Amino acid sequence: MGLRRFVLKRVLLTVPILFGVSVITFVLVNVAPGDPVDVIVAFNPDIGPAEKAQMREYYGLDQPVWAQYLRWVGNLLQGDLGEAITRNRSVNAIFMSRLPETIVLGLFGWAFAIIIAIPTGIYAAVRKDEMGDHVSRIIALSGISIPNFWLGLMLILFGALTFNLWPVLPPRKPLLHPDTLWFLLLPGITIGTASASTMMRIMRSSMAEEINKEYVTAARAKGLPERTVILKHVLRNSLISVTTVAAFLTAGIVSGSVVVEVVFSWPGLGREFVQALNARETNLILAITLFTGVALVIANLLADIVYALLDPRIRYG
Amino acid sequence: MALLEVEDLTVNFYTEEGVVTAADEVSYRVERGEKFGIVGESGAGKSVTSMSLMRLIEDPGRIESGEIRFKGEDILEMSETEVRELRGNEIAMIFQDAQTALNPVFTVGEQISEAIRHNLGYDDDKARERTIRLLDEVGIPEAEARYSDYPHEFSGGMQQRAVIAMALSCDPDLLIADEPTTALDVTIEAKILDQIEELAEEFDTAIQLITHDLGVIAKVCDRVMVMYAGKPVEKAAAEELFYDPKHPYTVGLMSSIPRIGDTRDRLQTIPGTMPDLVDVPTGCSFHPRCPYAEAACTRKEPKPVDPDTGMDATGTDADRAAACLAYTGDLAGELDYTVEVQGEDPRLQLGDHRE
Repeated sequence: MGLRRFVLKRVLLTVPILFGVSVITFVLVNVAPGDPVDVIVAFNPDIGPAEKAQMREYYGLDQPVWAQYLRWVGNLLQGDLGEAITRNRSVNAIFMSRLPETIVLGLFGWAFAIIIAIPTGIYAAVRKDEMGDHVSRIIALSGISIPNFWLGLMLILFGALTFNLWPVLPPRKPLLHPDTLWFLLLPGITIGTASASTMMRIMRSSMAEEINKEYVTAARAKGLPERTVILKHVLRNSLISVTTVAAFLTAGIVSGSVVVEVVFSWPGLGREFVQALNARETNLILAITLFTGVALVIANLLADIVYALLDPRIRYG
Repeated sequence: MALLEVEDLTVNFYTEEGVVTAADEVSYRVERGEKFGIVGESGAGKSVTSMSLMRLIEDPGRIESGEIRFKGEDILEMSETEVRELRGNEIAMIFQDAQTALNPVFTVGEQISEAIRHNLGYDDDKARERTIRLLDEVGIPEAEARYSDYPHEFSGGMQQRAVIAMALSCDPDLLIADEPTTALDVTIEAKILDQIEELAEEFDTAIQLITHDLGVIAKVCDRVMVMYAGKPVEKAAAEELFYDPKHPYTVGLMSSIPRIGDTRDRLQTIPGTMPDLVDVPTGCSFHPRCPYAEAACTRKEPKPVDPDTGMDATGTDADRAAACLAYTGDLAGELDYTVEVQGEDPRLQLGDHRE
């Protein structure tokens, strides 16, 4: 079957991509001054240089970078992401405990972006060059320009402090508890705003372009109501370019989660990433970076599958 | 009462370069079951006139004035809902380029069925059945299997047939065919034209055929209107137009048709090009290209008149009209051309055919 082969091919293509990502990350982390041992030592003035050397040897940090990398790859192939030295825990355990939090937050942001972008994009395209279009353009431009940390802080300030509708900190409840999901609305909006704005503009321009095509006139000439013409005939054709951007924006959502998780004290991979950077936890940094790469590859793969669903002219094989 | 009466229709396009009058006081009528042709070069206002009938003129275009009476009711006065009920149902359109008129992401069958479901209120199964029958009737083999094909899986000729099936799907009283065969090669063109004629006869549908091809007009139409730069310049019964053209532009069009067995070395053409509609010449808009033009032609705009009597023939009921100053006595000279019929005179055949 064509699609299965296509998916397999794409999954195999991930391997060189992830290899590249891991090499670059590994080198960058290693050229930065300091390592986990320095971090541990900073809190324990009793440890002398001899013990430091001993610790480095124990964790293999005295080896050349390429040897460390090969060892890391060897472990990775066995499903072992290594150890977070300063935390005295395996990276696997940390990663798995934070992953659901980040995925749920990302989905919130993504859902917010789509729910906002598609209807407003349609509206702006239909009302092209009218008041509504201009207003939505200004809002979209603001959405793209506002830094997400500031937007997050403002939402906390007004949503949590002024109007008292949201808690300031995440509730100590299970992830899918209604209270937790309610709390997630604010970080979700924060993460999704920039994406919603970009997606909305793409939706608008792609729809405005489709609307001038002859099949639209033909659909109108059939006597179909404008609603059907737009929401059936034009929408499906316009969604193709939106899908591309939606996949692309996954990168923004994943990277946005770093800042937003810190602002909202959300215990996800993004916040973990910031801590890992401060502690020079190479293994943890690598794990999260690779996760970002995998997420992007999956998003693009999904986009390719959605293309084929939207447009019968696109077939893989 | 004629099926369709268009009276003094004027359509303007407000472009950045200026106002373009794409249709300028166009009047004509189409009787029930009649085949009416509109001929002219690209940009003469043929399509704009036709789109106006369905009120599908889009920005920056605007129907400025006039009346379009369909079964006695003015389409321009109708509410959006009323017009929508006409579209597809009573007035349907065959588009010029089937490939772009079909939505690439829906099956051909669905695109025909949806019109039937919407206009005739059929349920899914009945609409599907009717669509398959229509596809079969327009000559698509294995119509049932082809129902679920997408437009790109159809050949050009089949796409055009599908568009015809779509137009005929709800038994319209008036079928607007906008260059229905321009995108096709000649052999398929002949077949499709036959089919349109046959189906129109079968369903008792009037046809308004728009084309730049006089051959197509000769083959299909009963009456013809020639348009130039947004204006009707000549109206006549089809045979009359070919054997006794009255307007210099029509004469020019006729002599630029290549003929088999022709002894001329070069094909005759009308010198120059159609004027930019933003800046139409004064007087008669054809005068810069007209071999018979005189000083008067640059000053006075000719109105359609009966070429025999010189009486006003601007109305919808005029069957014979030519907009040339030669017929109002404003010219010093004469229109100096002769019509030569080569081979046997097919007028007799045409006459027989119409019995």
